[in-house]
Amino acid sequence: MDNDVDSPAGSEAVLRAAGLSKSFFGVPVLSNADLTLFPGQVHGLVGENGAGKSTLMKLLAGVHQRDSGTIEIAGQAVDFSHPTQAHAAGLSTVFQEFNLLPERSVAENIFLGREPRRGILTDTRTMQARTSELLAELGVSSIRPGSPVSSLSVAQQQIVEIAKAISYDARIISMDEPTAALAGPEVELLYEIIRRLTSRGVAVLYVSHRLKEIFDLCDIITVLKDGQVVGCHPASELDDAALVRLMVGRPISAYFPDIEPGTAVGEVVLRAEKCGNDQLDSIDLSLRTGEIVGVAGLQGSGRTELLEALFGAAPFTRGTMELSGVRYAGRSPREAVRRGIALITEDRKSEGLSLNQSILDNALSVVRSVFPSRNRKARAGIPAMFSSLEVGARDLSQEVQYLSGGNQQKVVLAKWLAVNPRVVLLDEPTRGIDVGAKLAVYQLMRSLAANGAAILMVSSEIPEVLGMADRILVLRDGRIAGTAPPESTEEEVLALAAGVRADQEASQ
Amino acid sequence: MSPRKTPALTSTHIVYAVVLVTIAVGAVLVGSAGRNFFSTGNISDILTGTSVLGFIAIGQTLVILVGSLDLSVPYVISLSSLVAATVMANETGNILPGVLAALALAAAIGLANGLIVSGLKVHGFIATLGMGLIISGYLASNYKGSAGQTPLAFRLIGATGIGPVPVSTLIMLACAGAVLLLLNRSRLGSHMFAVGGDLTVARMSGIKTRVPVIAAHVLCSVLAGLAGLLLAARLGVGSPTIGSQGGYDLLSIAAVVLGGTLLAGGKGSLVGTLGGVLIFAMMDNIMSVLQINPFLKDVVRGVVIVAAVAVYARRRTLGRPARFSDTTGPAGPPDTRPERIQKDTGVTA
Repeated sequence: MDNDVDSPAGSEAVLRAAGLSKSFFGVPVLSNADLTLFPGQVHGLVGENGAGKSTLMKLLAGVHQRDSGTIEIAGQAVDFSHPTQAHAAGLSTVFQEFNLLPERSVAENIFLGREPRRGILTDTRTMQARTSELLAELGVSSIRPGSPVSSLSVAQQQIVEIAKAISYDARIISMDEPTAALAGPEVELLYEIIRRLTSRGVAVLYVSHRLKEIFDLCDIITVLKDGQVVGCHPASELDDAALVRLMVGRPISAYFPDIEPGTAVGEVVLRAEKCGNDQLDSIDLSLRTGEIVGVAGLQGSGRTELLEALFGAAPFTRGTMELSGVRYAGRSPREAVRRGIALITEDRKSEGLSLNQSILDNALSVVRSVFPSRNRKARAGIPAMFSSLEVGARDLSQEVQYLSGGNQQKVVLAKWLAVNPRVVLLDEPTRGIDVGAKLAVYQLMRSLAANGAAILMVSSEIPEVLGMADRILVLRDGRIAGTAPPESTEEEVLALAAGVRADQEASQ
Repeated sequence: MSPRKTPALTSTHIVYAVVLVTIAVGAVLVGSAGRNFFSTGNISDILTGTSVLGFIAIGQTLVILVGSLDLSVPYVISLSSLVAATVMANETGNILPGVLAALALAAAIGLANGLIVSGLKVHGFIATLGMGLIISGYLASNYKGSAGQTPLAFRLIGATGIGPVPVSTLIMLACAGAVLLLLNRSRLGSHMFAVGGDLTVARMSGIKTRVPVIAAHVLCSVLAGLAGLLLAARLGVGSPTIGSQGGYDLLSIAAVVLGGTLLAGGKGSLVGTLGGVLIFAMMDNIMSVLQINPFLKDVVRGVVIVAAVAVYARRRTLGRPARFSDTTGPAGPPDTRPERIQKDTGVTA
């Protein structure tokens, strides 16, 4: 293990963890990991899913208890058995899953569990005033302390999470994939917030799958692989390729796989004309066999709604659609599946999987419910499919909830591959999964295209859309703002999505 | 980054709109039967009808908010009425011991429910169903009929009023006020919402998640005990079947749900629950005045409950405001749109 990071001049480490190990049910997930954080620095923590990043964070936060090792905060040995003890010691964590109550107000969420009191009653006024102060510290004025969290956008909810974290007077804030649900401009806001925090001397531990963010933000990067620290370097000494090599242990020559030989863009499979509903309007599009079409747009521009409309989950109320030249009403998901359309939803846990059912049951769920006659044949094909997808699981009877994010996503894909769809709609197919699993998803998309499927992929990561798509539909406010060719730059697509005057540059 | 507008119409508004409609319908129907819906006697009747169900529904609201249920309330009511009546034994001096004994026993049952639900992780439905059966069996084997007697001074509570407002209703409203303060202005109340909304979030925020659950169960049982005391005052005796006859378990859950509280917990309003109770009381009153077949009453109640929840469910799915409408889009009819967008999606070929 190399550790060539020196402490910045004149500052003591605020957190020093050494030799942390943790096993779950006898399976080691983290072994002998070291981590040192300095005030005012952003420390990146990267690694594939299952590498142990979340476990390391949770050990520091007191969510899980370490099996061995030591943690010191400001020179004091600490041993947390509950997150509140970590908060008291100045360490707070913004977890990947939001820890907010949607029905309660922003202020009530931030002060949950330690509401200020006057006498025996809670002091609502103080609570709201302090919430306003916290948000002002973050440079945010658009959130009212009394609004219910459910009325906020995902980005605003993320800000509330961060406000909650700093409300503990944290000297150390660790963030687990804070941008997983954010789009471009919102990520900028988060950057700004992190800069404000570090300028106040807060140490930030930053976990992300997005390498660009790691390089944008971090001073030091620790790389985890299979539960072990395989490197800790100043960010200036690394580049994308070197980092990816450390993470996966093998070089990824091209991040996005090339189009498979024999892929031919052919007939139009799905055509929509003048379609619209209460979220979308004037949707004209055609998908061809062998084609990968990307969909870009800001949060709330109607990306997910477009996929849901094509899939019949939130149908179009006007306009016409055709599938292979035959009228397609798109009234229900069942009709869509019958006609050969698949939708890989954004939220795999609530919409894509039955978490407490087995891998096999999940993989066969669509076949069984829509094409029961094909069950036997599909069942026979499942083991081969899973070995080609390289799903990391004990066996097919394992419950899906125990799989890592990347492996869960592969199960979702397998569920749809089992019905051989002609049109595959993908909503954020690589959100929150590691580099290796991303690559597997990209390769799968390529091979689906080579086999003649038409693919429509929504992603908030524009490089991903540019790297994979043959052309890119850009949505803005529920309408198609334009089409961008794959040679476009990220800025051109963003400009089109945001409605800035860049239409010309981004046009074909 | 503009926050979505919160819907101005909450479920509580809907409940009270229904209350007004019920009043209007009641006025017409009762008037057509040659009686006055707004007479002092009739109003007093309606308010009397709210008090017993009111006590139970307040408690049930708490229990449902923390994500549990209480099906043992009818038996707690019966037990409380029996304990009170037998301890009092028609002695005015025994009123206080009788009340305290009944409420202490109710609290103990609530504590047991709360411990089973939060400690043994048995869902409230099953835990309180079991507790209800246990009490029911005890009552059936130990009491063959009504027992004990409540003294006149105690019976007056069930019979007197200030103007048209019965004292029992005032006590119920006082309890409601206290619980309202608890829910909206105390840590415990805040933590009840949190535990019912998301147990993990509550735990990660440092809340001792068992406390709100246990507190809700204890309060629910004590309120059911109060309902039992009120019934003992009205009847003059304790009765082993008074709770189950009233069907208060399901009726109170229905009132809570009618009031807009989410059956899954974490979201709801006590004020809404009181509206639900009032609607039930008025429906009962109207149907009694019109001398409607009692079995038909249940049919009407059933229709109202299902319709109300259907309305809420529909509102919840319409969470997001529409951006375009079929008839008039924000910038003209939709079929003129394609021309106005410069770049059509087109086809690459």
